Amino acid sequence: MIYKIHLTGVGGQGTIKTSTIIGEAAIKKGLNVVMSEVHGMAQRGGVVNTDIKIGNAKSPLIGKGDADLIIGFEPAETLRSLDKAGEKTFVITNSARIIPFTVSLGISEYPKINDVMEFLKSHVKNLFVIDAEKVAKEAGNIMSLNMVLLGAATATPNFPLEKEIVIEAMKENLPPKTIDINLRAFEAGFLKVRSK
Amino acid sequence: MNVRKILTAGEGEKLFLLGNEAAVRGALESGVSVASTYPGTPSSEIGNVLWKIAKDAGMYFEFSTNEKVALEVSAAAAASNLRSFVFMKHVGLNVAADSFMSTAYLGVNKGMVILTADDPSMYSSQNEQDNRIYARLAGVPLLEPANPQEVKDYMKYAYGLSEELHLPVLFRTTTRVSHMRGVVKTGKIVSPVKKGVFEKAPSKYVPVPQNSRRMHKELIEKLKKAEVLASESKLNEIFDFGGNLGIITSGGASNYVFDVINERGLKVKVLKLGFSYPFPEELVLKFLEGLDKVLVVEEVEPVMENDLLALIGKKKLNIDVLGKYNGFLPRIYEYTPDIVEDGIRKALGKEKKEKVSINNTLPLPSRPPVLCPGCPHRATYFAIKKAVKKLGLEGKVIYPSDIGCYTLGVQPPYETADFLLSMGASIGSANGFAHATDQKIIAFIGDSTFFHAGLPPLVDAVHNKANLLVVILDNRTTAMTGRQPSPSEPVNGMGENAPEISIENTVKGIGVEFVKKVDPYNLQNTEKAFEEALQREGVSVIIAKHPCALITDGQKRKRNVWITFTINQEKCTRCKVCITDLACPAFFVADDGSIHIDPLICDGCGVCTQVCPEHAIEVRK
Repeated sequence: MIYKIHLTGVGGQGTIKTSTIIGEAAIKKGLNVVMSEVHGMAQRGGVVNTDIKIGNAKSPLIGKGDADLIIGFEPAETLRSLDKAGEKTFVITNSARIIPFTVSLGISEYPKINDVMEFLKSHVKNLFVIDAEKVAKEAGNIMSLNMVLLGAATATPNFPLEKEIVIEAMKENLPPKTIDINLRAFEAGFLKVRSK
Repeated sequence: MNVRKILTAGEGEKLFLLGNEAAVRGALESGVSVASTYPGTPSSEIGNVLWKIAKDAGMYFEFSTNEKVALEVSAAAAASNLRSFVFMKHVGLNVAADSFMSTAYLGVNKGMVILTADDPSMYSSQNEQDNRIYARLAGVPLLEPANPQEVKDYMKYAYGLSEELHLPVLFRTTTRVSHMRGVVKTGKIVSPVKKGVFEKAPSKYVPVPQNSRRMHKELIEKLKKAEVLASESKLNEIFDFGGNLGIITSGGASNYVFDVINERGLKVKVLKLGFSYPFPEELVLKFLEGLDKVLVVEEVEPVMENDLLALIGKKKLNIDVLGKYNGFLPRIYEYTPDIVEDGIRKALGKEKKEKVSINNTLPLPSRPPVLCPGCPHRATYFAIKKAVKKLGLEGKVIYPSDIGCYTLGVQPPYETADFLLSMGASIGSANGFAHATDQKIIAFIGDSTFFHAGLPPLVDAVHNKANLLVVILDNRTTAMTGRQPSPSEPVNGMGENAPEISIENTVKGIGVEFVKKVDPYNLQNTEKAFEEALQREGVSVIIAKHPCALITDGQKRKRNVWITFTINQEKCTRCKVCITDLACPAFFVADDGSIHIDPLICDGCGVCTQVCPEHAIEVRK
């Protein structure tokens, strides 16, 4: 079995850190894992994607429609990555937008957030929408929105890693003084999906 | 994971490493004594890790001024009986090519590995050249690892091979291998030899014609031996899943081949080449037995495909070669699982698999990389545009640019990049424009790039009396690749204190008469300096010096002092200068048309307060 996760967001949102935690948790469970990251120029406020495959895979890249889970850190980026989703794919998306500067300059347009959500709801069967910024703020720091989404991902059906093992990997990868807030954010995200 | 673990992890541990991090572990397990580089993505993280651990590992490591110097440092170490490791991005090897070619002639005493990180699909590069061709041009053996474990293991193999052949080994990764993270089982670390001895032997090390003629002959002999080694190498392996279609593949592309075969249960016979040049003809002939067609799956150029076609021609075999030349696979950009699956299906005569996926139909905003909030380059560009406008030069200035974050000035509203070739080329091409046209020229170059390749063209400009303005954007670091130190900073690759090379003194020493240093955060002074420089004849240099915002952000975070700004809505007239001219990404227009600053993005640099004509931008309380 190969479990395929695609993460997408904007530079600075913590997508790579989140991916690393998932990968290290998989190793803790004794599973093979490969992951693809983006570094360099593209990170400067641009789109950041990572692909993770847990199981017997050699290449980290996920083909069209092949993702088991998509974690979108930003709604427009969730849409941009939707071609990795097929009929069975679970999609978790943050609903809080990051408006790119091209929109302020008037050289590109951000679709209405209601249209984005309508599109997602009508096309994705297994969809979880979370205002991760709000949930993270309630947990104590808006910067932990990535852990809200990680918590939500961990709660989805078929996710191959147990909550405890993910938390263990979190503790090894996050600054000790932020761990309480991050754990609260993770729990809140977990409940958002589990209580549905 | 703390990168120190790459050094401290014992034998037999499992680490989750980037391909680049695995290269470091491979160097440590090979007892490498000297390592050198000029930072370049996708190879950058190798240097970032060595910078932190080289001293404790007992290794010498330096960020050289450019790739050519880096290669020369490692070549001399290998000639002095020390194992050496030089690494760079693919285009870096162009810079190093002159010495690289000679190193193949001279050969080495101890192992020397030259890692080239190629960038198919150009995630952070100006081209996607395939440096496997360099192995053929220089005549050195080539290894192509496919994943982090192989990167580490092949490094160890490469040192053995280099010492057996007395040749440097070219080690080719691609972005997807360098930036792939995977499980790596560690081996034992070998303590490096601290110092070597160079034994004089001019006939061996000085390629004057009488020597180089002999050297070339020796090189061809070495390559013949290398081909035998390649045919016998454990890095080249045949996997027989049945059927009569053969696939020859290498590096990152081989991952897709194996995944497609595994997931779809396809019947093919695969030859995976990890040691791919010299092309292992004996092994390939064995592989071809009983096959009537062979698909070659490689990124980017049809390099092995050419070798295979030549072999089949030489042996007059009746086997079809399928690949890039006959449209089974594309010749440009990196491969994906879908591209490789389509190619294999076509080669098997199967229908293309139509995949079910959700296709977004809403228009999406473009999100290109941008200069960071607080970036001093933004202030510099703002001041220049104002000075240019004031002098009535709008649309008349040519802006040759260079390689660095500031290349992002190509985007609106700055549009301060008109011509770009390579590292250091802003000043070189500016000279050309100065003599070829009567237009005003403003060339941009960063501090690290200036030392890399900006010095020779600046000498050229002064000596040949060009009329141009060079702006050296000194942000105190090599920012784009992850903030490695440049020669103008007081620290080196060993993490030790180092002499700062003064840009100002260097420029003055070359003979530039008009040299001005400005802090771009002071817009008024900066604009004035540009106005003055633009009205002069001859070569002028302005050094716009202010630390990269990522450096100052880190300091502010540590000291826990972070102010942000907000817009006083009563004063704001919505003239939008802050958006249309300064274009800081922290600004946004709300649905009601009012303008705001996102406190999460604002870096607190305060440059915008100097831009706003209504003085409506205030410190957020």
